[in-house]
Amino acid sequence: MRGAERQPGIEQQEARIAWTLVLPALLTILLVALFPLLWTAWESLHLHDLRMPWLGRPFIGLQNYGEALSDPRFWGSLGHTAFFAVTSVGLELIIGLALALALNRAFRGRGLVRAAVLIPWAIPTVVSALLWRFMFEGQSGIVNALLVDLGVLREPIVWLIDPVAAWVPVVLADVWKHTPFVALLLLAGLQNIDTSLYEAARIDGASAWRQFRHVTLPLLRPAILVALIFRTMDAFRVFDLIYALTGGGPGTSTEPIALYTFNALLQNLQFGYGSALSVIVFLITFCLALVYIKILGADLTGGRR
Amino acid sequence: MKLRSPWPAVVLALLVGASAFPFYWAILASFTPEARLFRDPSLLPSGLVLDHYRALFTERSFWLPIRNSLIVAGTTTIFCVTLGALCAYALARLEFKGKTLLLGSILAVGMFPQISVVSPLYLMLRELRLINTYPGLVLPYLTFAMPLTVWLLVGFFRQLPGELEEAAMVDGAGRLRAFWEVIVPVALPGIATTAILTFVYSWNEFLFALSFTLGPERQTVPVAIALFRGQYQVPWGQILAAAVIATLPVTLLVLAFQRRIVQGLTVGAVKG
Repeated sequence: MRGAERQPGIEQQEARIAWTLVLPALLTILLVALFPLLWTAWESLHLHDLRMPWLGRPFIGLQNYGEALSDPRFWGSLGHTAFFAVTSVGLELIIGLALALALNRAFRGRGLVRAAVLIPWAIPTVVSALLWRFMFEGQSGIVNALLVDLGVLREPIVWLIDPVAAWVPVVLADVWKHTPFVALLLLAGLQNIDTSLYEAARIDGASAWRQFRHVTLPLLRPAILVALIFRTMDAFRVFDLIYALTGGGPGTSTEPIALYTFNALLQNLQFGYGSALSVIVFLITFCLALVYIKILGADLTGGRR
Repeated sequence: MKLRSPWPAVVLALLVGASAFPFYWAILASFTPEARLFRDPSLLPSGLVLDHYRALFTERSFWLPIRNSLIVAGTTTIFCVTLGALCAYALARLEFKGKTLLLGSILAVGMFPQISVVSPLYLMLRELRLINTYPGLVLPYLTFAMPLTVWLLVGFFRQLPGELEEAAMVDGAGRLRAFWEVIVPVALPGIATTAILTFVYSWNEFLFALSFTLGPERQTVPVAIALFRGQYQVPWGQILAAAVIATLPVTLLVLAFQRRIVQGLTVGAVKG
């Protein structure tokens, strides 16, 4: 970027200043993030139960991981997380894309729309969970009342005590909160597309669908991938939403992996086992990130050094 | 594009309606007497009362979690923006070896699942006797807030024209003075946006605040609301009143700075 030639002395001086500036933030990150992460890994190799301090903290190798792999509640929670991630992120991408296309066309009322989409994104997740829980609560929440009035339901469903129906408010609350973010990312991508491409396509007689399919989608690919990355990784660590909406219930039928880990750690005080679960969550997110970076790397860094 | 099809307007109206309805319903309920909350719900307001808000501050001392949240989110923001600005300046505008790797690692740390550091942070804070204290929340908050601030600020600093501080340095100012006297004033809107976003993330944080506090005296707003219990039943009126209050500061910030926030969100992600 910078054309000016520099002498080696000045370069060294600049590097020294740079490191001095970087150091405080870097040390903070090392202390509060990297060091704890390594500690989690080390902790996961021990039997450490805070309820039974007399057992001490013996080294037990990979036993905690073995226990996790044969723990049905672990597999259940992993399944719930994957189900949640696929359904909510899928819906968010589809609805978000439709919204972005509409926003890109609309000339009036953009300010109102921007506020309407930003507020759900900005409020605490716990609050959005509670708003949705209230609407689905009991026999006579507003959702039941409306659905019965409209004749969709013959009689009210008690959503939150049904292992399958309980997912409806969970997924809806997430879609409600995060679709705006997806739409904003995709809108930024749409605005980067050169409009002359559409004119060229129209002159060639391409239909609206073909324009969408052959101009919009390919050029929007990087933005879609970024939204996909952010949302899947976020969905995989879902905690607040489900904690406040269903508490993982009924039973453990909506319990995601982060909630199970939290329960192992701070309810049952099994720090060794909980740490092993933490490491597993970390590894899954890490692998997801690697896969995405690999796909995206070709897309994004292609034009840049 | 002179396609005057009605569907964009229809879609947008639906969007605004769907975004707004849960708020409308919660606000309405927060002014509705407890006894009528689940009896024949009506979409139109009638017979509104202030009981829930009053109870919130008299019976539940809700100002306590508000104060805790303000202190914790405020301290985190000030700390992160100060250190983060220095770091981001170097990463965005100075040349040195290992820069790309450093930036990549900071981004990677920002993507850590929070749950994967809960156990060591708990043991560490317990050892330092910081469980249920303000530093015991600010310290963990840095794990996600610091990478976020650095990442956003790098995005903003990069947008500034390259000649800015070179002109100042030709005039004899050193790097640091050029940063302080030229870059900071010009980048102030970006710095403010970063501060707002960091504050919003810290205000909303739940997992750490739930894990590292023990009682109402240090609970933040989201934790306090999630743990509201009544004697016999869920106190929905008070929960929703509290939800409205918790939403207020972030809503005001978002409404006041919406253009900048959108810019901040997309600078970090799409062009990053």
